[in-house]
Amino acid sequence: MAASEKLNSLWSYANPRKFLAVTERMLPGLWALSGACLIVGLIWGFFLTPDDYRQGSTVKIIYLHVPSALMAINGWLMMLVMSLIWLIRRHHVSALAARAAAPIGATMTVIALVTGAIWGQPMWGTWWAWDPRLTSFLILFLFYLGYMALWSAIEEPDTAADLTSVLCLVGSVFALLSRYAVNFWNQGLHQGASLSLDKKENVADVFYIPLLVCIAGFVLLFIALVFYRTGTEIRARRIRALEARERAGA
Amino acid sequence: MMPDLGKYADTVLSAYGASILLLIGLVAISLWRGRRVRAEMDALEKRMRRDG
Repeated sequence: MAASEKLNSLWSYANPRKFLAVTERMLPGLWALSGACLIVGLIWGFFLTPDDYRQGSTVKIIYLHVPSALMAINGWLMMLVMSLIWLIRRHHVSALAARAAAPIGATMTVIALVTGAIWGQPMWGTWWAWDPRLTSFLILFLFYLGYMALWSAIEEPDTAADLTSVLCLVGSVFALLSRYAVNFWNQGLHQGASLSLDKKENVADVFYIPLLVCIAGFVLLFIALVFYRTGTEIRARRIRALEARERAGA
Repeated sequence: MMPDLGKYADTVLSAYGASILLLIGLVAISLWRGRRVRAEMDALEKRMRRDG
């Protein structure tokens, strides 16, 4: 199949009916797989891995902190892609998917901030520091809140999708900044990446595999929630359309 | 069996407790709203079919 044909078949999922039919078939498997990965990964990490020689048992927080931080950033980047599709191709499903992803990303950001603060208190001697990564993460969280507030504040859905898409473009700077803040400024309390394609930078092997399982669980949970919540947004949009038709007919 | 978390037991348990609570809350709210909207749409479609 030619590349253009493949792309055209991809756009067919922008049809709300097709999107709902496909995602509803996939959702039971996604829920089960994400639940299994999270349960296995967290039990493995919590019960079966040793303490770190410097961090003690607080190293177990890595299984929540790293995957949630990863999803906080990548959630926003997913919203960026959906927003660009909306701005360029005007597919409603993409705008609704971005809207559906925002509360998930915001929750992931809260988990990353809370677990980081709880870990930081005994390790750094403080709950919070105005460190580049922590600060850019807090700003990313504020962008999530602003994005959700903007969707709720505007009555006309297409205008709301336009304005939130522009906000998403601006916020992407902070999503990328929070990922690379440690490298850009090379200062502050936060250490570098725990995981990298460069094996030298990774955490010790004994923590590595359960961490990968937890990351897989968070990624699958994110996908399952985005699919489910997008379906809800599609139905809510249909309700508004039917009510408008009913009012016009009355 | 519960692992020995030493002097950081409160730290580790509170991080797990808060995170699991937030994740369960997110899933529960998503499912609750999803079911409510689906029921509302079904009722509306049924009413519109009945009223022509």
